[in-house]
Amino acid sequence: MISLLQEAAHTAVETTEGAIVTDEAATHGADAATHGVDAAGHAAEAAGLPQLDIATFGNQIFWLVVTLVVLYLVLSRVALPRIASVLSDRQGAVTGDLMAAEEFKQKAREAEAAYDKALADARGEAQAIVAQNRAEIQAELDAAIAKADAEISARTAESEVRIREVRATADVDAREVALDVTAELVRNFGGNVDGAVIGTAVDDRMKGAVQ
Amino acid sequence: MATEATGGGLEFHPMDQFIVKPLFGAGDVHWYTPTNVTLWLALTALAAIAVLVLGTRGRAIVPNRAQSMAEMAYGLVHKMIEDISGKDGLRYFPYVMTLFMFVVFANLLGLLPLAFTVTSHIAVTGVLAMAVFLGVTAIGFIKNGSKFLDLFWVRSAPLAVRPILAVIEVISYFVRPLSLSIRLAGNMIAGHAVIKVFAGFAAIAAVAPVAILAVVGMYAFEVLVAFVQAYVFTILTCVYLKDALHPSH
Repeated sequence: MISLLQEAAHTAVETTEGAIVTDEAATHGADAATHGVDAAGHAAEAAGLPQLDIATFGNQIFWLVVTLVVLYLVLSRVALPRIASVLSDRQGAVTGDLMAAEEFKQKAREAEAAYDKALADARGEAQAIVAQNRAEIQAELDAAIAKADAEISARTAESEVRIREVRATADVDAREVALDVTAELVRNFGGNVDGAVIGTAVDDRMKGAVQ
Repeated sequence: MATEATGGGLEFHPMDQFIVKPLFGAGDVHWYTPTNVTLWLALTALAAIAVLVLGTRGRAIVPNRAQSMAEMAYGLVHKMIEDISGKDGLRYFPYVMTLFMFVVFANLLGLLPLAFTVTSHIAVTGVLAMAVFLGVTAIGFIKNGSKFLDLFWVRSAPLAVRPILAVIEVISYFVRPLSLSIRLAGNMIAGHAVIKVFAGFAAIAAVAPVAILAVVGMYAFEVLVAFVQAYVFTILTCVYLKDALHPSH
């Protein structure tokens, strides 16, 4: 085996292939045995593939089974349930957090709605107050105008009464003046002053002038 | 390191890293002897337990790094089973998780310098694969009874072709543990051996820089392979589990 490897040393790949080809190794088996004795430094040389040394199989299989059983027991009893519980805890925590976040979101939405409602209410109230004030002012204004109108009409009525009085007295005064003037004129012209005749004459004249 | 330059010639021992030897003293390897296999199997189990048990000690709602790793591994395998095998596959989750954690940590620890890679041994991967194969077959018969044989009798195919398909299906079914174990062990053997060979070339001053760069590159690649192989092993387990739970095509 070693001589085989020495021959093949110039190419690495060939070397490994040569080592794996077992039937070649078998032909060199005798060589390897003698080399094993020669090489005192090595307790055991590779006689062919160590993997094919059936003498060690029992040992390997025994210890492998022991290892696998121990590993299986530790994993299935301790490690895997623990990891499973950690993962499910985390899943639960994440789900819980998400639900809490959803709840907070809902609360925020409600708060926003309440705020909007309060704002709208305040705005409505303000508008109502404004409208009320406007109505009050309007009422006051209307009352003042009505009062002023009443005063104006009262004064107008009073003035008309006075004008009518003045006008009525003016007719009477004018008749008296006309009677006096006519009587005086008639007297000056040497006529006979007959009150009744003068009265009708003046009335006839005044009918046309006054009306 | 199994390589040394003697008398101008190079000596390569890329396979010495796979030798099974007793931990204490020399002598024969009996079935009960604590060997380097025992040590690295124990370290693999301890590493898996450290991440999954110690890492989740805090049970924190907001995880730290170790707990995140544990939860990621848990989520990865859990989702894989759920997606591939279906909800009823989750009953076997601890079993699949054990396989995944074991393989991934065995692969990764094997990449440490001077480490022994337990998953590079066909005896180890063979037992893992047979455990999957026998377990899945047992589940198939327990869950479905004789209907489990429908897996081999393709009803969607024409009747004349069915016997031929049945033979092919049976062969492919029994090749499963072989391919499962050899895929994993082969990947581990090849990668580690190539790294060792490149490391051997580093003894020659002229090519040492190239060899060291190659080792670094291969190492990075092997880290990827370690994950991918564990993933592939687990995903195939899930596929076989699906076949066992729902055998009809």
